[in-house]
Amino acid sequence: MEEFAALLDALVYTRSRNAKLKLLADYLRDTPDPDRGWALAALTDGIDFPAVKSSTIRNLLSERVDPVLYALSRDFVGDSAETASLLWPEPDTPPTPPTVTEAVDALAAMTRATVVTELPRMLDRLDSDGRYALLKMATGAMRIGISSRLAKTAFAQAFGVTVEEVEEHWHGQTPPYQPLFAWAAHGEDAPSSEGIPLFRPFMLAHPLEETIVDMADYAAEWKWDGIRVQLVRADKADGTGETRVYSRSGDDISATFPEVAASLPFAAVLDGELLVRGSHQGGEEGGAASFNALQQRLGRKVVSKKMLAEYPAFVRLYDALIVDGEDLRELSWEQRRLRLEALMPRLDPDDFDLSQVIEAATLDDLARIRERTRDDAIEGVMLKRRDSPYIAGRRTGLWYKWKRDPLLVDCVMMYAQRGSGRRSSFYSDYTFGCWDGDPDQGAELLPVGKAYSGITDEELKMLDKFVRQHTLNRFGPVREVERSLVLEIAFDSIHLSKRHKSGVAMRFPRINRIRTDKPAHEADRIETLKGLIRD
Amino acid sequence: MMARDFSWIKPEPWGIHVVPADSWIDPARPVDRALVTHGHADHARGGHGATLATPETLAIMKLRYQTDAGAQPTAYGETISLGGGVDATWLPAGHVLGSAQILLEHAGERIIVTGDYKRRADPTCPPFAVTPCDVLVTEATFGLPVFRHPPVEHEVGKLLKALAENPDRCVLVGAYALGKAQRLIAEVRRAGHSAPIYLHGAMERMCRLYQEFGVDLGDLRLVSDAKKEDIVGHIVVSPPSALNDRWSRRLPDPITAMASGWMRVRQRARQRMVELPLVISDHADWDELTQTVVDVNPYETWITHGREEAMLRWCQLHQRRAKALALVGYEDEDD
Repeated sequence: MEEFAALLDALVYTRSRNAKLKLLADYLRDTPDPDRGWALAALTDGIDFPAVKSSTIRNLLSERVDPVLYALSRDFVGDSAETASLLWPEPDTPPTPPTVTEAVDALAAMTRATVVTELPRMLDRLDSDGRYALLKMATGAMRIGISSRLAKTAFAQAFGVTVEEVEEHWHGQTPPYQPLFAWAAHGEDAPSSEGIPLFRPFMLAHPLEETIVDMADYAAEWKWDGIRVQLVRADKADGTGETRVYSRSGDDISATFPEVAASLPFAAVLDGELLVRGSHQGGEEGGAASFNALQQRLGRKVVSKKMLAEYPAFVRLYDALIVDGEDLRELSWEQRRLRLEALMPRLDPDDFDLSQVIEAATLDDLARIRERTRDDAIEGVMLKRRDSPYIAGRRTGLWYKWKRDPLLVDCVMMYAQRGSGRRSSFYSDYTFGCWDGDPDQGAELLPVGKAYSGITDEELKMLDKFVRQHTLNRFGPVREVERSLVLEIAFDSIHLSKRHKSGVAMRFPRINRIRTDKPAHEADRIETLKGLIRD
Repeated sequence: MMARDFSWIKPEPWGIHVVPADSWIDPARPVDRALVTHGHADHARGGHGATLATPETLAIMKLRYQTDAGAQPTAYGETISLGGGVDATWLPAGHVLGSAQILLEHAGERIIVTGDYKRRADPTCPPFAVTPCDVLVTEATFGLPVFRHPPVEHEVGKLLKALAENPDRCVLVGAYALGKAQRLIAEVRRAGHSAPIYLHGAMERMCRLYQEFGVDLGDLRLVSDAKKEDIVGHIVVSPPSALNDRWSRRLPDPITAMASGWMRVRQRARQRMVELPLVISDHADWDELTQTVVDVNPYETWITHGREEAMLRWCQLHQRRAKALALVGYEDEDD
């Protein structure tokens, strides 16, 4: 456990991808089985220990630390497991840390009845770094930037095999991945990948920026505002098949979207946008709800029937990579598009539709169409070279993304809250408002949105200092600040909303500039914001 | 019994006013007479009519402001009459060279303003003197129970281990230029490391001043006088601001370290882009802060800059009278 805790810490403090790969590869090479397999599982997908919940840890802490002191500490540290590891009373005896495997076995054996005695016993055997590692492992929320792709690359690097081989043999393997280590580290036969739905790296786009393209060579599509997914079904010799849904980073999210995973009736690899059914973001094609609705579904390991009914997911298809065993990736986009269109009758329209091609003769035409569509579940447009094969990664000149220009308004900071992760302990989440009339005639500020991104670390420090020095009131973790600082807010679109007192809700608000030069009474009014609505 | 209000001492946002003597403790703006606890810039500002502080603190201020006009040295333990019936005594605070608590006595009441302090041994200054009083005005920079500073030997061990394991690199430690840097160097020496230590130019004068006051820092050299290859395998000390600055590019593949109490929290270390966090602080940690309230056992505790809420809560839980003062102008120190 000490080595695993040290690895975890080193990964936390390492930014470069190459350095992370080296740390992981060294650990995988030097650590015995099955510890390394469990560690790998903990770092990537996480291991599910049903008896240990973050509420379990909170409860254990509340028996040992005053709840107010716990809450203040948690608010400052920005991470429950870390807070608990730091607050846990140091045992009187020197630590006798378990191995990773011992820890995994013990965690797996815990029940809701025994966890209250067994978990403390385990924590008492560790120092604070060890407690952090154990709690992170137990709750399955590592958040240290190790995607499964990065882990596979490190695995390949550790044992001198290729990532493609690792990708191929990985699937179907479960922690602690003994056959994989037997193959890569000890030269035994590779585990079979027959009938296993493998992930293929996505083709990605460059931002268009100042590039001028000839619309004779490119096709345009909407850039839908969902999550990009790859749907893979592989069939075994006996005709049974398995479908997996992969996210852009190659993470298997099938469990989160079981209805999508159950929808593909034939063996194929398809590329599309996962969206949730809805109408309030209508648009010409309709059918897609806002990203907000999709967010209700993200990150869940278990999906309730209610969720499935309220937020039904479907896939809007962009591309076909493999169909009925035939690899189409070498074909041009145009040819693949024909094949994709031909597939549509074989797919249930409740589960799939086709991302439409936008008719635009020139880039200027496209620009006009792109600006008109502010209120759809659309982020902008995509440009795809008609003769381009499907190539993994970002290749210059083939695909471009062209997001809409953001809208800008000047708002006044009203409240601030501490952030989490990289921004933890800084006041980094800001609620801002606009005037409901003429501020010189006694108008009030009403909150119109909340943002925490768009600023540099230096600006973050400046805003944090502003919040600390201009606090008027504290409501738990929220500070109300003097209404004097103007923030220029950029956002993608704005909608009528009954949930907000101001009557409007912004999509993707972020801080564009800090307007220390502008007095608060010159900030924008709600009526100006309402004028930007294009519903 | 009637509640005591100690109205002869008045906390204002820009400093603590000793009313009958019209003197200010660590004022954030120029005043006629300032009583200064220690030399950090946010406590020891320039431009006062008279400045009362320990000789070490006055020397630090002279180095910074290039003048000692109005300086009135006060030795540790010596009691000075401020007029208006107020006596003041500077007592060791264990924070940095020359740092002091200020004991104020008036009409039979005793108030101590700790300034910044710690309770652990520090080879560069005398230890915190526990002194009975009615009101303890304590700092609370690390006033949250997550802050427990490990033994300094443990952290220095981490530094020397990283140095030994990377003979082809150097370890660049970011440390506050007054106090932290010198204590770190003194602790590294105490651990038996006698090789030259390289300094960022901004560190030099303060290190020399410490040496003039008799603190042994061993063989110190300037990065600007050295060749890149000379620095390989050595410790380099710079102000935290220089860690990720262009300045550090002249160093041979540095491992970036930082010595600060904030390094106890991982995301804080990440925010500073630190690879090797060293939890070394010149401030009291949570256990030291609460133990000090127990040891001094005042009638009332006033909590100043830092995380006042948690200290207030602790005082409440332990049935101790306490209130938070809203002083401005002190930075989140120790980095």
